[in-house]
Amino acid sequence: MSWLDKILPSRIRAEKENKGSVPEGLWHKCLNCDTVIYRAEFEKNLNVCPKCNNHGRISARTRADIILDAEDRIEIFDNIMPVDMLNFKDKEKYKDKLLSTQKKTGEKDAMLVFKGNINKIPAIVCIFEYSFFGGSMGSVVGEKFSLAVKKCIEEKKPLVCFSASGGARMQESLFSLFQMAKTSAALNDLSQKGLPYISVLTDPTMGGVSASLAMLGDINIGEPNALIGFAGPRVIEQTVGEKLPDGFQRSEFLQDHGAIDFILDRNNQKAKLAEIISSLMSNYSSERISK
Amino acid sequence: MKEFNPNYLDFEQPLLEIEGRIKQIKNDPEKTAKADAKITKLDKEHSELTRKIFGNLTDWQISQLARHPLRPYTLDYIPNLFSSFTELHGDRMFGDDAALICGIAKIDEHNFMFIGHQKGRDAKEKVKRNFGMPKPEGYRKALRVMKLAEKFGLPVVTFIDTPGAYPGIDAESRNQSQAIAENLYIMSNLKVPVISIIIGEGGSGGALAIGISDKLGMLENSIYSVISPEGCASILWKDSKKAEQAADALCITAPKLVKFNLVDLIIPEPLGGAHRDYSAMTSSLKMNLISMLEDLKDTDIDEILYKRKEKISSYGKFERS
Repeated sequence: MSWLDKILPSRIRAEKENKGSVPEGLWHKCLNCDTVIYRAEFEKNLNVCPKCNNHGRISARTRADIILDAEDRIEIFDNIMPVDMLNFKDKEKYKDKLLSTQKKTGEKDAMLVFKGNINKIPAIVCIFEYSFFGGSMGSVVGEKFSLAVKKCIEEKKPLVCFSASGGARMQESLFSLFQMAKTSAALNDLSQKGLPYISVLTDPTMGGVSASLAMLGDINIGEPNALIGFAGPRVIEQTVGEKLPDGFQRSEFLQDHGAIDFILDRNNQKAKLAEIISSLMSNYSSERISK
Repeated sequence: MKEFNPNYLDFEQPLLEIEGRIKQIKNDPEKTAKADAKITKLDKEHSELTRKIFGNLTDWQISQLARHPLRPYTLDYIPNLFSSFTELHGDRMFGDDAALICGIAKIDEHNFMFIGHQKGRDAKEKVKRNFGMPKPEGYRKALRVMKLAEKFGLPVVTFIDTPGAYPGIDAESRNQSQAIAENLYIMSNLKVPVISIIIGEGGSGGALAIGISDKLGMLENSIYSVISPEGCASILWKDSKKAEQAADALCITAPKLVKFNLVDLIIPEPLGGAHRDYSAMTSSLKMNLISMLEDLKDTDIDEILYKRKEKISSYGKFERS
């Protein structure tokens, strides 16, 4: 180590030394500001960068740990499995890719549903798993979401959904497109029963998911700086042939344009969700709804 | 030297060549006695070749026909299909989207509200119609018309023909996602019968946003897909030239979608495709549309809604472990 390195503050030194090769596991380098911190510290902060507040992507199970009370939490509808009904094949077979993705992620498809409590407030919670085919919505996601809605109606509970998805799953073709209809129709049923639906849009929420269940919340909440939109930025750039404005399709842009109710840091989500749900449910009675 | 007509697809060119020869003989001022016999022979050749080419189309060829530059669009049908039509403009909030035509329509004794995509034919109209790609104000105009239909107890008929919802800065700024989602949400429970017909290109969410219906028909050479074959090829194959393979893998043609119970019926096109004979195509469409309207006319709306919900919730294939 040279004398210059010795007098540099340790964080800068760490940054310099780790440039380009952050050892897996021990350190985390923020994708936004390049700050390098201990992974343990980063994870303790719910994968949010302490310096720039960039909200890193997290797995659906980590999300469940953050949002739901540990007590009385169960995963439901985990028996729904994807099938390759079209024998779809691009460079590889969809069937094979499903198997290898299941093995890699430990999940069966791109959505998990939980029944549990958020700060003791009962709720059904759907969470997209982005690492599974980019969180894309196919038949399994559509069915699980619809079953979650039915469960809410049966048990008179609110629905919360955390979306993180590239859109519809191409490998299931029109079946996946029609999941947009299926999930939207289910939400219409839920609405008629006067039960709240809170949609939390996380990075990224695009295409067929954004243009169906994610935008239909009674309350739409964005995570900071999440990419949210119908068409992907690259497609738009190609179509209009110009550079996109800074911050385009980010949560802050959506709030400015009236698309979401507010932006909520991951650290405050649990308490805020519980607070909102208890307000919205405070005057709930099935008798009032049936009138 | 054979000329390539850019208005026709490559697999149609042999037919054009025969047509050219027939025309040449007909126009020859010194027609000989043999001319008539020659024309009869060429006509026979032409119809045999047409049958041969169109009797065995690949999914990719059908995708090309669905987007044929001469294919009839919504506005080509309206004057001959409807006995009356009053166009309604604007979403009452922002503007009027020329990519979607909405209005009050009538066929024989059937009154209904109409919504249809409109692509443009020439360069100027293409720009005006934004190539048939609606923006949020288009979907919101459609929603307004659906709500009018519900208020006055009139069925809704939609014609679908779009590459997709417009991907643009303005469309995103006005929340394209919400405009589409809202239509899906409302259509799933709209308290009047809804009929949708794919007349050309059923492009993803931009098509579905006016497509949740009690009866869904497809013209014989139309397509309905979650993504264009080219788009799919460039994402999954990383090569847009693989569109032909993608078209096949995606199962986007009418017979395949009927087999999967995602589409209710196929509306026949004249031999050689809709663009070869507008009036025959219009007759076929009219006959089928009237029969769909009549089927739904006397059904109780609660039953229609129940069936619609059942149908929507049945979409999808999965296993239970």
